[in-house]
Amino acid sequence: MADFKTPEVKEYLEIPALEAGVMSHSAPFVSKEQFQAPLGFPGELVDNWQQVAIDKLGELLETNRGLQVFMDSCVKCGACTDKCHYFLGTSDPRNMPVARQDLLRGVYRRYYTLPGKLFPKLVGAMDLTEEVLDQWYSYFHQCSECRRCSVFCPYGIDTAEVTMATREIMNAVGKGQKYSNEIIGKVFKIGNNLGLPEPALRDTLEGLEEEVKMDTGVDVRYPLDEKGAEVLLVTPSADFFAEPHVDGLIGYGKVFHQAGISWTLSSHASEAANFGLFIGSPENMKRIAMRIREAALDLGVKRIVFGECGHAWRVAYSFLNTLAGPFDFLDPRYPVPQHICEVTYDLIQRGALTLDKSANDHRRVTFHDSCNVARASRMGDMPGGQFVIPREILKAVCNHYYDMAPDTIGESTFCCGGGGGLLTDDLMELRVKGALPRMQALKHVVEEHGVNQLVAICAICKSQFSKVLPYYGFEMDQIVSLHQLVGDALVMDSKQ
Amino acid sequence: MSFATVFYALLFYAATAIFLIGVGLRIARYARTPAPLKIPTTPAPTTRSGVVLRMGTEVVFFHSLFKANKWIWILGWAFHLALLLVVLRHLRYFIENVPTWVALIQPFGIYAGFAMVAALFGLWARRLFVERIRYISSPSDHLMLVLLILIGASGLAMKYIWHTDITAVKLFFLGLMRFDIQPLPTDAMLLIHLSLVAALMIIFPFSKLLHAPGVFFSPTRNQVDNPRERRHVSWIANSEKPAASGSKQ
Repeated sequence: MADFKTPEVKEYLEIPALEAGVMSHSAPFVSKEQFQAPLGFPGELVDNWQQVAIDKLGELLETNRGLQVFMDSCVKCGACTDKCHYFLGTSDPRNMPVARQDLLRGVYRRYYTLPGKLFPKLVGAMDLTEEVLDQWYSYFHQCSECRRCSVFCPYGIDTAEVTMATREIMNAVGKGQKYSNEIIGKVFKIGNNLGLPEPALRDTLEGLEEEVKMDTGVDVRYPLDEKGAEVLLVTPSADFFAEPHVDGLIGYGKVFHQAGISWTLSSHASEAANFGLFIGSPENMKRIAMRIREAALDLGVKRIVFGECGHAWRVAYSFLNTLAGPFDFLDPRYPVPQHICEVTYDLIQRGALTLDKSANDHRRVTFHDSCNVARASRMGDMPGGQFVIPREILKAVCNHYYDMAPDTIGESTFCCGGGGGLLTDDLMELRVKGALPRMQALKHVVEEHGVNQLVAICAICKSQFSKVLPYYGFEMDQIVSLHQLVGDALVMDSKQ
Repeated sequence: MSFATVFYALLFYAATAIFLIGVGLRIARYARTPAPLKIPTTPAPTTRSGVVLRMGTEVVFFHSLFKANKWIWILGWAFHLALLLVVLRHLRYFIENVPTWVALIQPFGIYAGFAMVAALFGLWARRLFVERIRYISSPSDHLMLVLLILIGASGLAMKYIWHTDITAVKLFFLGLMRFDIQPLPTDAMLLIHLSLVAALMIIFPFSKLLHAPGVFFSPTRNQVDNPRERRHVSWIANSEKPAASGSKQ
């Protein structure tokens, strides 16, 4: 089915020898007029695209301190060169973070620095040619904005910011990415990434209630648009029917049921994901985020809780207050917003949930830290809570938990290979190769501890792993939602 | 007064002006440019004092680089520490009554000179022989190391081989600082050393040496991780429209 070779998983992760240009053919489908227009972008490459791009870069430099500092500060020390999963999986030197950044930095130097104007060759400055634009399109769609490189950079240079800026410039000249832009259009038009309209959503949730009733004999509710509920749950739309996502949603409902917390989903904000982040577009990111504020006000809820989704949690935790705040109309006793893991963890701490760990005894579990949760957000009230809380929940609901190697989890976690707007079939080769470092770490705990389940709290990670696990000789259903394990261990009773 | 004296006096006035104004303007630009969103690389400190500590470990110990690669870390850290000692040692040429601590560090400054050149050669060797680092290097990246090596080597050469009248050099620089130009010795090695230092000062504001002020303005390192507790307000929060050019907040 594939015209590429799945990388070999070795005993240790090796730094590959460079193979220049081996991934230069990789590029996602280019967006079209119908997907560009709703986002406010030109439908095709504009005539004076060079000038527009250079002006847009200038605007971004003036409005984003990070980008300006990152463009100036790199000393080419090489600390990041072996940190990117796409480099480790593809051997293409342009996938070394600094080399990727230099595709933009070279243009920055040419048009915005004195040495670049005077001696371009000397300082690695380059004209913005059509060839460079093509390289931008290819290699800035080989970055999942996972921020692993930024952990190791002595100046904290974040390639994710550079990728976002370049994608924003490409959208401004009319060369957008179909996958992300089409999805954002669906959010504006229908309310979620998958394009599920309200009746379909209601139908799905009713089906879930019946399913849980059959399984447990308990009337667990999955409410939609219920005014006056205490909690508005915002979750990725994949949770409504994709496997293994939906088992996570079932778990959230069971937790709320057992805790006696009234909750509701919203058809207006029926999507936690915010692909405005991926394309570096603050206007679109803000417009998507505002739906959540509107839904919370409309439904009169007291708290906002986010389901399992990595980048959505970044936008929620780090940006929502800026984009759509202040949230002074919500209950001040709770952080805004909360992660579903924070809610579950608090309930476990308070002894509000009865858990039967043995229900998960057939599972030997490891946990994949999703990049945006690990390196761009937090849970709880202490730094690093985003690593502690999911693991504490897992240890409370199952008997066999094993971590992967320390340099592949926590702040050093490897991306699943499909984040940052790359979860599309037209990038399958990249996704498979980019998963190599995570697969290597997984293989190790599988052999060492007999691990048979990989737990994640991100819709993209779950979809990506379902797809790439078989390439590496694992089963697609080895990836599960954290709240599936919670739901399975919860001892249910029918009283509220 | 010799031509060399006048030339070097003007050169150092110009180099100092370019250095100070250039870096000053750059810092002003960094400070003025808004940070639209909270983007600290987490786990990050949740308090201001925690951020000061984080920045301190970055600037003093190169903590992130330590996590990344021990070779680059030891070479880079040794170079910067040595450079600091060498610069401090040179204070005695710019202060009339040399403070005791400057006098005390003189021998360490000499050792540091050797360490600095050795570390620079190590860094250059990596740039030349490690394939990944060679790939990301521009000619200017090599030349910057060559420049620093030549500055260190010419300084050491003056100390050990081709001496100059160091007292006269001190009088020259003390004179420069009060706009009273004194004769400068014209030993070749001294003039080479001074030319290279002036070149470094002139290049500074236009080059990757801006990493020195840049690190303090890096939002992934200098932001407090408290977006839920304190609303971060920027142009994104305020306007419906994309930021107009030069907007503030």
